[in-house]
Amino acid sequence: MESNGRRGFMGKAFGAVAAVGAVGSLVAMKKSWDPLPSVRSAGFTTLDMNVYKDNELVTEKWRGKPVFVLKKTAEMVAKQTDADKSRDIVVGGNHFMVSIGLCTHLGCIPGYNPKSESFLCACHGGTYDFSGVVTKAPPPRALDVPPFKINGNMLVLGEEGPEYKIMKETGITL
Amino acid sequence: MAHFTKATSIHDWLNQRLGIDKVRRVMATEYWIPKNINFLWAMGMVLAITFSILLVSGIFLLMYYQPNINTAFDSVNYTIMREVDFGWLWRHVHAVAASVVFLIIYIHMFTAIYYGSYKKGREMIWISGMLLFVAFSAEAFSGYMLPWGQMSYWAGMVITNLFSGGSLHADGLVEWIRGDYVPAQAFLTRFFMLHVLLIPITILGLIGLHFGALRIPHVNNQDGEEIDFEVEAAKYKSGDKAGSKVIAFMNDFMSKDMMVVGIYLVFFFYLVFYHYGFAMDAVNFDPADGLKTPTHIYPEWYFLWSYEILRPFSTNIGLIAFAFAQVIFMLLPWLDRSPNAVPASRRGLFKIWFWVLLVDMITLTAMGKVPPSGIFSTIGLVAALTFIGLWVILPFITMFEKKV
Repeated sequence: MESNGRRGFMGKAFGAVAAVGAVGSLVAMKKSWDPLPSVRSAGFTTLDMNVYKDNELVTEKWRGKPVFVLKKTAEMVAKQTDADKSRDIVVGGNHFMVSIGLCTHLGCIPGYNPKSESFLCACHGGTYDFSGVVTKAPPPRALDVPPFKINGNMLVLGEEGPEYKIMKETGITL
Repeated sequence: MAHFTKATSIHDWLNQRLGIDKVRRVMATEYWIPKNINFLWAMGMVLAITFSILLVSGIFLLMYYQPNINTAFDSVNYTIMREVDFGWLWRHVHAVAASVVFLIIYIHMFTAIYYGSYKKGREMIWISGMLLFVAFSAEAFSGYMLPWGQMSYWAGMVITNLFSGGSLHADGLVEWIRGDYVPAQAFLTRFFMLHVLLIPITILGLIGLHFGALRIPHVNNQDGEEIDFEVEAAKYKSGDKAGSKVIAFMNDFMSKDMMVVGIYLVFFFYLVFYHYGFAMDAVNFDPADGLKTPTHIYPEWYFLWSYEILRPFSTNIGLIAFAFAQVIFMLLPWLDRSPNAVPASRRGLFKIWFWVLLVDMITLTAMGKVPPSGIFSTIGLVAALTFIGLWVILPFITMFEKKV
C-alpha cells in the first residue's frame, strides 16, 4: 500500500509536470501558426490621394486584396444619398469611395461602369452604386471599407483613424 | 529471458525471435470471414490498394514539387509534366486516384448503410470509417492547394472563409489558419506540411483503428446473421470447410478480394491513361491570381453534395446546414433506433429511406455542378431540405420498425 501511495504521488507529480508542458507547447504551436511579423508589417498600404482622376476606378492592393479607389465628380457628390454620404471619405477637399473590391456575397470582384456610375458583380448579378451601396441583391451589405487613416493628402490603409472608427461604430462597415 | 535454441532454418530463426507463425495465424490464416458476402465486401481492400497507389505516386511527385508560391505552379506543370521522365504518370495516377478513392469510399459507406453494418457492436467500425472520410476530405483539400492554380487559390480562399462562421466574422481565426490575410506563402507551406505529413499519419493511424475495430465484432454478412465465429472456425479447422459458415482471410477470402481489385485496377488505369481529364480542372491550369476571381468556383465532384447543402440558403443558415451535413453521418448508429441488423430490403420504411437518401445525394451532387439559377436552384433547395428532413425522420421511422 505504501509503495502504491508513492507511485500514485509520482504519477500525479508527472501528470502536473506534463500538463504544464502540454499547455506550454500548445501556446508555442498556436503562436507558430500566427501570421509572421513581416506579413503583419506588410499589412499597411499608403496611397497618395492626389494622383486619382475623376470617375476613374483604380484598383490598389492591400493585404493581398483588391481595394477600389474612385474619385467622385462634383455631380456625383451633389447627388449622394445619406447612405452614400456616410461612406464618403474626404481627403484634401476631394471626395472618394474607398472599398475592398470583393463582392460581399461570395467574394467575386465586381466591375465598374463609369457611364452608369455603378458596379456589377458578374458572378450573381449584384449591383452597387458609385459609393459601394447595394442597389440590387444578392449582396447582403455594401462593399466593406478597409481600415484607413487620413494623413494630410495621404491615406494609410490598415490603420484605424477617427473617421474609420465612426464608420465602424455606426455599422456602416464591418 | 526466453529460451532460444539453435535455429534449424531461417524461418525457425525468425519464428523464435518474432513469432512470425503466430502473427500469420492471427492476421491471416485464422482471421475468419463469413462466406455469405458479395463483391461489395471487397471495397475495403480496393481502398487499401488505392491508398497505397496515392502514397507511392505522391512520393515521386514530392521529389520535384516545390512548395513556393512563385515556383509551385511551374514545378507541377513544367518540371513534373514535361521534364521528369514519366512525371505525367505519377501526376495523373495521383489525381485520378484522389478522385476515384471518394467513389469507392461512397460505395463502401452506402454498402454499410444498406446492410446495417454499423449496428450491434460495429459502431466503432462506423465511427472510425467516418473519421477516415473526414481525414481523406482534409487530405484532398490540402492537396488541391498545392499546384497553386486559380482553382487552388480560390477554393482555398472560399473554404478558409467558412471558418469565419458567417455573421460571427471570426476573421482573426481565418487569418490564423492562413498565416496571412489572404492565401499566400505561409498558407501554401502549411497546407503542404498537412498534405504530406500530418494528415497521412492521421490516416494511417485511423486505418489501424478501423481494422482493429473489425476484430471483435467481425465482418457483417449479407443477411446480418449473427455467426458464432468460434464454433464455425472449429468446424473449418476440423476439415468441414463446406459445412462451416466462415473461411480464412488468407488465402480463401483474399483470392476473391484480389480478383475484384484486379478488375478495379483495369478500370482505374483505363481512366489514368485515357480519361484523366475529369480529375484535372481546366481553370487550375491558370496560375493563382488574387486579383481575378474565376467566374464559377466549385469543388471537386465528391464535395458537391455538401456544397449544394450550403448554397441555397442565406450565409448563416447555409453554414449551419453545411455543418449538420458534415457530422450527421457520424451519428447514424444512434439515429437508427431499430435493433434489426439486416439488409434494408427487409426493413420496410428504412428501405425507402435508404434509396431516397442515395438518390437525394446524387441529385445534390448534380445540382452542385450547375450554376445556381432558375429550376436548378429550386431542385437544389428541395434536395437540401430533403436531406435534412431524412435525418430528422430517421429515428421515428426506425423506432416503429417491426423486429425481424
